[in-house]
This record gives sequence, C-alpha cells and structure tokens, in this order.
Amino acid sequence: MRILFYILQKEFIQIFRNKGMLPIIFVLPMVQMLVLVFAATFEIKQVDMMIVDLDHSPVSRQLTNQIMGNKLFRMNAFPTSATEAEQMIQASKSDLALVIPRDFDKKITLHQNPDVQILVDAINGNAAQLGSAYLSNIILDFHKSVLMQQKVAGAPEASVIEIESSFWYNPTLNYRHYMAPGILVVLITVIGMFLGSMNLVREKELGTIEQINVTPIQKWQFIAGKLMPFLLIGLFELIFGLTLAKIVFHIPFVGSFPLLFGISAVYLVLVLSAGLYFSTISDTQQQVTFVVYFLMMIFLLMSGLFTPVESMPTWAQNIDRFNPLFYFVRIMRGIVLKGAGISEIFNDFVALLAYAVGMFSLAIWRYRKTS
Amino acid sequence: MKRFFAFVKKEFLHIFRDRRTLVILFGIPIVQLLLFGYALTNEVRNVKVVVADYARDEKSREIIGRLQASPWFQLVGTADNPNQYESILRSGKAKEIIVIEHGFAQKLVHDRVGKIQLIADASEPNTAQLIINYTTAIINGAPPASMIEVKTRMLYNENMKEAYNFIPGLMAMILMLISAMMTAITITREKEMGTMEILLASPLKPIQIILGKVTPYMILSLVNAIIIVGVGTNLFGVPIKGSLMLLMFEVMLFIFLALSLGILISTVSANQMAAMAISGFGLMLPTILLSGFIFPIKNMPLPLQIISNLMPPRWFIEINRMVMLKGADITLVWKQTLILMVMSAVFIFISMKKFKIRLE
Repeated sequence: MRILFYILQKEFIQIFRNKGMLPIIFVLPMVQMLVLVFAATFEIKQVDMMIVDLDHSPVSRQLTNQIMGNKLFRMNAFPTSATEAEQMIQASKSDLALVIPRDFDKKITLHQNPDVQILVDAINGNAAQLGSAYLSNIILDFHKSVLMQQKVAGAPEASVIEIESSFWYNPTLNYRHYMAPGILVVLITVIGMFLGSMNLVREKELGTIEQINVTPIQKWQFIAGKLMPFLLIGLFELIFGLTLAKIVFHIPFVGSFPLLFGISAVYLVLVLSAGLYFSTISDTQQQVTFVVYFLMMIFLLMSGLFTPVESMPTWAQNIDRFNPLFYFVRIMRGIVLKGAGISEIFNDFVALLAYAVGMFSLAIWRYRKTS
Repeated sequence: MKRFFAFVKKEFLHIFRDRRTLVILFGIPIVQLLLFGYALTNEVRNVKVVVADYARDEKSREIIGRLQASPWFQLVGTADNPNQYESILRSGKAKEIIVIEHGFAQKLVHDRVGKIQLIADASEPNTAQLIINYTTAIINGAPPASMIEVKTRMLYNENMKEAYNFIPGLMAMILMLISAMMTAITITREKEMGTMEILLASPLKPIQIILGKVTPYMILSLVNAIIIVGVGTNLFGVPIKGSLMLLMFEVMLFIFLALSLGILISTVSANQMAAMAISGFGLMLPTILLSGFIFPIKNMPLPLQIISNLMPPRWFIEINRMVMLKGADITLVWKQTLILMVMSAVFIFISMKKFKIRLE
C-alpha cells in the first residue's frame, strides 16, 4: 500500500512537471467542449433559396410573399428560369429552388393541380432536404387556405384524429442539451485513453521503465499507479465540465450527481485500462496513438452520439455491445437529462462494470516486467 | 541527389518496419467507409415504441396494426397506467409512447374528433421530431388526392444515397491524419530521440531533410486517397461527375497543404506527445466537427462559421463536393483553390522561419 502511495506521488510530480502538457490536459477539453457543442447541431437556422416565378399572377405572388415571410428561408438569388436556378445550385450559391409554372393561377382557379417543382441541392447536407419538406408543407397549407377562400363546397365533414404530442425531458428540443453531456463523455474518454496510454509507452521509449521493472514493485501496483492519476484528473474534469455546461448552456441536471460520479469512475477505469493494455503491447508512442485513435473513432461513430443506434443494421448493433461509449452515453444522458435512477440504468451499469474489471485484469496480466 | 534518395529510402524503411501503424493507416479509411456506408445513418429505423391503448376497439387496433407493419417502428410493449410512462422512457425501453384514449372509435363517430397523445423522449431532439412526424403520418394515413402536386427533385443525388455526403469529408480527414499528423510526429520523434542532431550534422541540407521526411507520407496519402475514391465509386456508386484531372490536382494541393501544416506543427512541438496532442486535438476534432463534414456549417452560430473559414478541410470538402458530385469545373472552384494555395504558402513560410538549424 505504501508502495502505491509513493508511485502515485511520483506520477503526479511527473505530470505537473511537464508544463507544456498542462494546458492541453486541463484547458483544451473545456475549450473544445464549448466550441463543439455550439457547432454540433442539426438544427436548421436558415435555408438559402430561390423562387422562379414563371406565372407572375396575384396567386403566385401571394405564395411567394408567404414563403418570403417565413424566417427559415432566405431569398438570396432571383433567377429567371429553371436552368439558371440549376446553375446557381451547381455553384453552391443556393440550396433550394422553387419553380412556379406558368399556368399556376389558371389551374388553381379551375380546381386542377398545378405542377410545382422544387429543386434541392441534395449534396450540401440535410438542410436542403428538411427545407424542401417544410416548403412542401407550406405549399400544401397555402393551397388549403386558397381552397377555403374559394369556398369549395360539397365535401362532407370528415372525422379528424387530433394528435397531441409532448416532448419529455427536453420540451424545447434544445440540441445543446443533447450534445453537451455526450461531448463531455468523449473528451474525458480521449483524455483518459490517450494520456494514460502515452504515459506508459513514453517510459518504454525513453527506457525509464527498465528501472521500475528491476524494483520489487508488483504488476498490479504499477498498473494501478499509472491509472489512478488520470482517473482523478478525469473525474475532476467531469465535475468541472458539467459545471461549465450548466452555466453556459443551462443544461438541466435532473438526476443524482453522486450516481453519475460513481459510474463515471467505473467508466474511466475501463477506458484507462484499455489504453494501458494497448501500451503494454506497443513499442512506440506513435503506435499507441494510432491504435487508440482508430478504436476511439469507431467507438465514437457507433456510440449513438451523432446517429441513432437503432437505425444501424443488426450486425453493427451486436458489435456495439462491446462499445463502452455506447453504454456510457446512454447512462450519462439518462441521468443528466431524464433523471434516471440506478434501477433504470442497471443493465448498462452492470455491463460497464464487467468490462472495467475485465479490462483492468487484462492490462495487469499482459504487462511483463521482464522482456 | 543520391544522398536525397538514400534518405527517402531510409524513411520508407522506417515506415514499413512499423507494421502495426501501417495496418492502421490503411485500416482507418476502410473501416470508416464500411461504417459510413453500411452502418451509420441519420434516418429513423426500428424505433422502439410502447402503446398505451385505453380504447381497445377496432379503430385503435387498426392503427396499432399499421404501426407494427411499418419498418420504422418496433412495438416492444404495452402500458396500461400513466405511472409507467416515466420509467419506460427513462430506462430507454422505448423512445415513444402512443396513448389512445378511452372510447376512441366511438368518439370518432359521435364527436368527429378522437384524441391520440404521443409522448416522445426528446433527450434526442432530432430523432424525437422525426419520430413524431412519422407516427403522425402513419396515424393519418395518406393525404387526400385533390391537392397541389409538389414534385421534388433531389439534384446530384437522385436516390438520396448517404454515401455521397461523407466520401469528401472522409478524404479530408484521412489526408489530414496521414499528411499532417504523421509528418509532425515523425519529425518530432527524431528531435526527441536525439537523431535529429545527427541529421543536421550530416551534409544533408535542411530542405532536403524536410522533403525527404514528407515524401513517403505524400505517397501514402495519395494511395489512400485513390483507395477512398475507388471504393466510393465502385462500391457505393459515388460518381466523379467533374474532371478527374481537376480532382487529382485538388487532392495533391490539399496533401501539400496538410504536409506543410505537419511541418509547421513539428517546428513548434518539443516532443511527440505535444505534436500528437496539437494535431489530434487541434486538427482532427475540429476537422470532423467544424469543416462541414457531418454538421452543416450554416447551422452553426456566426463566430464558429467564421472560425470554420480558417480551416483548410472546410474548403477542400467544398471543392471535393462540387467537383466530384456536381461536376463543377475550375471556373466555379477557383476561389476555394486560391484559398488553399495561400494557406499552404503561409504555412511553409512560417515553418521555414521557425526551423532551427542549431539546437538550443
């Protein structure tokens, strides 16, 4: 036990002696979290569009004005033909074009269906697609209101299903509430895996690990000594990050903080042990960086942070069972946003615990004092 | 010249000797292509829902039947008590609860209005919105036929294949990784190991050392880029509508830029850890998140949009998308190309200023 204490002391001294790395460890994650949460959103602010009005009738002008009045759409070009509109889209000057045909007014008056066309730039992200769906709805609503003005008689009153929707845990559909806990998880994971693993491999590269190996220190003490400093740093960053998120983004923290803290500790042990395991099988810092980066990327993309997990094919979801980020993102969101208690996240927690114990033992077992 | 080639050969030997890194360098693009192409999607599928059917009449059963038949939803259970809603959503057992009120069919006939309540777990707001929309569509059935026909044409991606969106971004990321990060690491490693002194004391000129170090990574990056484009075209059907020569020119330009960025990072890093941290945190994460790769730039707040303009990958992705997917020619991308050239020139200039011939 005393040995562990001394090892920890040594590790902390080494970490804080490395003045260049200190801002990277403490400041960079916070800055990144702030920046990235603001950036990572699929909420559409604005769609650049064009309207090609080939009709120039009062009705078409009415429709145009109604669309222009909508805050979502911004008219940024006024082409006079569909071909010109297509060229603008090719030049990425606009996302969307609405083409109102020449017989728009005539057909509406005769109760026929005019052929309205929407040209969408399907390449520049999903903004245009969502914009076009929204635009279609606006046009349909417009048609309904025109029909009502014309007092279309005859259709009997059909029965209507009234659908009332409520959004729980995030009534304003604030995307930041969703992203902030997730990004925090990512940043802490990155700190844990990268720094923890690099630390050990650096000793290998520099040769100082030999000096440790000739001491009577036991394997578990050495691994624990490498793990604990970064565990503590990670937990500290978690608290700091959550506080920052609460202040800047007003994330409501509904659940129990001690619960989150405890589970985070388990998660960090898991991730740090994994990093240490890879250091025991790597010879250079470069190797370990790339292995860790490779895994992190896969875990990140499949974790449910950016794309929903249920939409993945079955084979991918099965692989995801081995993804620690998958469980932790769910737990983090559950506790922070939904106020979940231990009984509700029990399964995820047990999975994390099992992996943590397994990974820790693996790292200890793989580490060899003799080469 | 012979000296230079010998030096380049040495660098290649270093790289090929490190098999693990090599496997990963080629593994990363392939795995990402697999993931993005087959696994990841923003669409809503197999959403777990729970139905609280207080009516249990034929109308409610009809609606439930339609929900079950739909590929979007997966009925995982029923609820018969509002107290259960909380724990169902909290535990993630379901993402939506559909509540059909008591006496639904009767009310439709007599009062002409029947109520259904949809409770969505909005901790994932994007998905929640889509779920509500889809559920509403299924409950309402098809819209009446006497309406305006809106014909929507998805230009450049008629079948809405997701592959089109990520191939350009993927290329940017891989090229940044190999060219910038690896170059920075390899140069810093020589500094850290002490072998840089030996190199500097040799008759090799500093410019030859730098060029010799980056040449292998330039070739590796090019090979990787060709693999990505090849897989994209053959496996996912991503077209190359524009000129292949122009595309290759832009790719080489971006590789050159990334290499110069890598050199710049190595001049300001004292050891490998710093180089990796700077290129990892400072390059990769912003590349993924701020360059328009996944999240559209227009959605970001204005200050971030401005920062995004400073990121080289942002311009490369735009060029790539326009040339590859829209068939744009040089007249449409000259502005972005010029920006990339200027950025490279700046990086090289600063690196040359900072490269120390003597060690402190």
